[in-house]
Amino acid sequence: MEATRSAATSDEWSFEAPPFGARGPVSEQLLAAFRRPAADADETLAGLPVALADAIAATDDIARDDDLQLSLLLLHGLHYGSVVDADEEWEWHPSTVAARVAIERAFEHELRERVGSVAVPSADAEAVAAALFKLTKPTPGPSVARFVAKQATDEQAREYVVLRSVYTLKEADAQTWSIPRLSGRAKAALVEIQADEYGGGRPERMHSAIFARTMRELGLDDRYGAYLDAVPAITIASFNMMSMFGLNRRLRGASAGHYAAYEMTSSLPNRMLGDGFRRLGYGEEVTDYFDEHVEADAVHEQIAGRDLAGGLAEHEPSLVPDIMFGAVASMMIDGWAAERTLDAWTAGRSALREAVDLGRSAQLEEVS
Amino acid sequence: MHASEIVACVDGPLLVRGDFELVSSTGEPVERTRRTVALCRCGASAIKPFCDGTHKLVGFRTEPPREPDAVEGSQ
Ligand code: FES
Repeated sequence: MEATRSAATSDEWSFEAPPFGARGPVSEQLLAAFRRPAADADETLAGLPVALADAIAATDDIARDDDLQLSLLLLHGLHYGSVVDADEEWEWHPSTVAARVAIERAFEHELRERVGSVAVPSADAEAVAAALFKLTKPTPGPSVARFVAKQATDEQAREYVVLRSVYTLKEADAQTWSIPRLSGRAKAALVEIQADEYGGGRPERMHSAIFARTMRELGLDDRYGAYLDAVPAITIASFNMMSMFGLNRRLRGASAGHYAAYEMTSSLPNRMLGDGFRRLGYGEEVTDYFDEHVEADAVHEQIAGRDLAGGLAEHEPSLVPDIMFGAVASMMIDGWAAERTLDAWTAGRSALREAVDLGRSAQLEEVS
Repeated sequence: MHASEIVACVDGPLLVRGDFELVSSTGEPVERTRRTVALCRCGASAIKPFCDGTHKLVGFRTEPPREPDAVEGSQ
């Protein structure tokens, strides 16, 4: 999957087909184009702007639109790498950049409309932290983490891991894009969090690597996108939203607010998730990822609330509304995805978009 | 500039960063896997001496409750 070629010579290249398929005309055209060199864009992407404008005009719910969310993931994937095998020239090709921005603008517009007006604290670090902690206060009642802790079957627990993998195999990368867009206290705070996310100098302790190990221990394929066909649009949208916040300097406030809310809603659920996997008979190799986050995110949430979001608010008071927008958007979109999963599980259905055989691990088979 | 810093987080843990050593009451080193740690001060954590976020469930308060001061709009 590592694409290291550039567009100097063309013809004999072939780029590998990804392990997932298109979900509509836009993603189909992009995937077909990415099999060919970027130099062929005039031919392979002919008509894309019109098809894209049509798709954006036609959708009544862009956050749950399979074709547009997959397309945005593909376009962001050119910046991340390891999403589709493609000519690296595509990353900043005017046509792919234009497509990315067109989908992002429509998506952002929809998010802002759905979030509506939000209570805005004063531009004071403690006030911003307090507002964020209040917004993210743990609530009783059904949640995906509680379901996994108490009653998920082995199959449902695996579905959870597959859904989570869209972001977690690239954990923290979206937020790293904000680092050069911040300064002073907020920048130092984000770097402090990210150093921990990336394992504090030990690659095997990188959170994305710990998660990949959990997948392998469960007998799951840890290559990016291996199960993407099974992942619903809303889960992809949650990841796309963070990538969009991270890649657009204009949205640095939203990125900081999102990250703070994300960290603030992580420790307690991860404890329940770890308990769920232990209940199902899995050992430390599988639960390490969840257990690590109980301790890590109890640290990160304090730094993210006070120093990242709060520090940014004090430095750039005009960003306070966007900090709160990012936080509310995080709770909202992850709430939608969780609701979909819980509805499916409580109705006895798979939470995946299409059925995939997720197997059972050898370890568990030995036990049973 | 001190070698280490302890942040007493409102309604939450003590955040410790910098150059420090964490030991038990008998002087044994406490295993630490990250540079900056959050030490529980609500008493309810399941991973003491570290914080695990449980302070939010038990309504731990370090000072009189402070209402976030909303100035415009509503959710
Ligand atoms: S201070 Fe966080 S769990 Fe005690």
